[in-house]
Amino acid sequence: MNVMMLLEMANSAFPDRIAFTNGATGETLSYSQLFSKAGKRAREIRASDSNRFVKLDVSSLVTPLSLFASGWAGIPYVPLNYRLTDEEIMRLIERVKPATLVTSEDRINSFQNLEGLEVLDSSDLLSHGGEDESLENDWDMDPEEIAVLLFTSGTTGEPKAAMLRHKHLVSYILGSVEFASADEKEASLVCVPPYHIAGIAAILSSVYSGRHVVQLPNFSAEEWIRLVRKHQVTNAMVVPTMLKRIVECLEETGATNAEMPHLASLAYGGGKMPLPVIEKAMSLFPDTDFSNAYGLTETSSTISVLGPEDHRDAVASSDELLRRRLVSVGRALPGVEIQIRDDEGEEVAPNTRGEIYVRGEQVSGEYEGRGSVVDSDGWFPTRDAGSLDEDGFLFLEGRADDVIVRGGENLSPGEIEDVLMTHEAVSDVAVIGIADEQWGESVAAVIVLKPGFQVSEADFQSFVRERMRSSRVPEKIEFWTELPYNETGKLLRRVVREKLG
Amino acid sequence: MPTLKTGARLKSAVCDGEIMVVAAPSGDVDLTCGGEPMIDASSGESAGGDIHPDHAVGIAMGKRYINEAETLEVLCVKAGDGGLAADGALLLQKDTKKLPKTD
Repeated sequence: MNVMMLLEMANSAFPDRIAFTNGATGETLSYSQLFSKAGKRAREIRASDSNRFVKLDVSSLVTPLSLFASGWAGIPYVPLNYRLTDEEIMRLIERVKPATLVTSEDRINSFQNLEGLEVLDSSDLLSHGGEDESLENDWDMDPEEIAVLLFTSGTTGEPKAAMLRHKHLVSYILGSVEFASADEKEASLVCVPPYHIAGIAAILSSVYSGRHVVQLPNFSAEEWIRLVRKHQVTNAMVVPTMLKRIVECLEETGATNAEMPHLASLAYGGGKMPLPVIEKAMSLFPDTDFSNAYGLTETSSTISVLGPEDHRDAVASSDELLRRRLVSVGRALPGVEIQIRDDEGEEVAPNTRGEIYVRGEQVSGEYEGRGSVVDSDGWFPTRDAGSLDEDGFLFLEGRADDVIVRGGENLSPGEIEDVLMTHEAVSDVAVIGIADEQWGESVAAVIVLKPGFQVSEADFQSFVRERMRSSRVPEKIEFWTELPYNETGKLLRRVVREKLG
Repeated sequence: MPTLKTGARLKSAVCDGEIMVVAAPSGDVDLTCGGEPMIDASSGESAGGDIHPDHAVGIAMGKRYINEAETLEVLCVKAGDGGLAADGALLLQKDTKKLPKTD
């Protein structure tokens, strides 16, 4: 098995169809162009000493090219988060050397002259070598080979590198996509970041179904709306914060109808969707089918879906329990099993909160250097909390380990607490996520000051801002005389959260 | 009779058909296309000979085929005129459940 096989099939079935369009520049690649360029780049990768192919750049035609060329050459593709600082990126690169790094022109100098790192300009990767020979069609079919290494945002300390083998990604595609099922006119607008599992899944699903992908490298609601109209987009996927902005943007123009009847399907996922946002969106897009997808990096993307029928049934129902399903993430995909377990690892009754466990061919649950966290029966503990109702609808109830999910970005409370603890006036601190309509969750901090100190909320905010990315700055800070702990000295975040309200 | 390895790519000896093994039982399987044993896709041999008339339903690219017990599953990666069989029994086409598109 190899993800290249998916592109090979697309290339032989519809070579001249447009596969990808960069929405920002208008450049395109057909399936045959993508296939031929992937072969040429694979030959160069194979000739180098690189063990990994690292990409550090926004979405562009280079994104699918890098994924497939790596698969063809037989080394893992490693897309990095370009919003990280150079220092953070350097630490990740150290873990994947020897490697080839492809990045934008303005970033090349930051990574030049490092031992074991060959640096390429993104635009060269796409344009050069029209005359070069391609590799033979001899990519490795060993299903155990690693296709993609994805750094998770990491809840404690250094990010973990999730290993997705060819068998995980290919199983996911074969189980969820019918080959060549897309009409030539269908187009999918992809605005999720290329270093996110949803970005990888979007490439593979679209290629296998033959659906044209329009890439939106830097999301804004205005640009999203423009591209949907310009390319007569039929399918799109957004995170809840994006949908909220799209809805607001349409409402600002006074629209009661988005007037995008060609948009047949709009999927969302990656965080909790506020009920008012999805209800408004459904009325603005009356011709559009809505789906809510839930998945993780470690599960090769989607494991459960709340489909269009489920959405309509929930909205039409007068039963409160059925209406509630509008905020669920639906039911498990075929071939995927989901269980909720308590702290002792026992399966719980319906409608009881516990940790979500998942099993299936697409589930990796493996990290480089840390091994697998999948148990002997194949179950992967997601660390997400949730519950299942009687009919198998899954409800998410936050992270089992208190990670703050702000606008799709996972923030570690511990990391922010560590920074605040370095302030001379701080005696104790707890950072938690609080509900926020804009971001899903936002950061709040409770600080216990040392005696004799007087520091303002704004001072602490700028203290954090100087040391961390702005998303980590607590939007709300309270000062308490002490924090609640249990008998073993563990901070009771739940109590903090309740008291903060 | 060889054991089949998951991920292995095989081609027909009598038509253009090619498949990839998605899932295989642990024991030996006699996998045929057009009535003749399938061969390793990377081998230099090319198609020749005739398709057996009882094994001529053809295979379509992107379709998955399974045995009765569902212990064997293969994916057609190149279309051909021969039909697939395991240990003499014709394979059946497997349907992909239609799902809402989410990525």
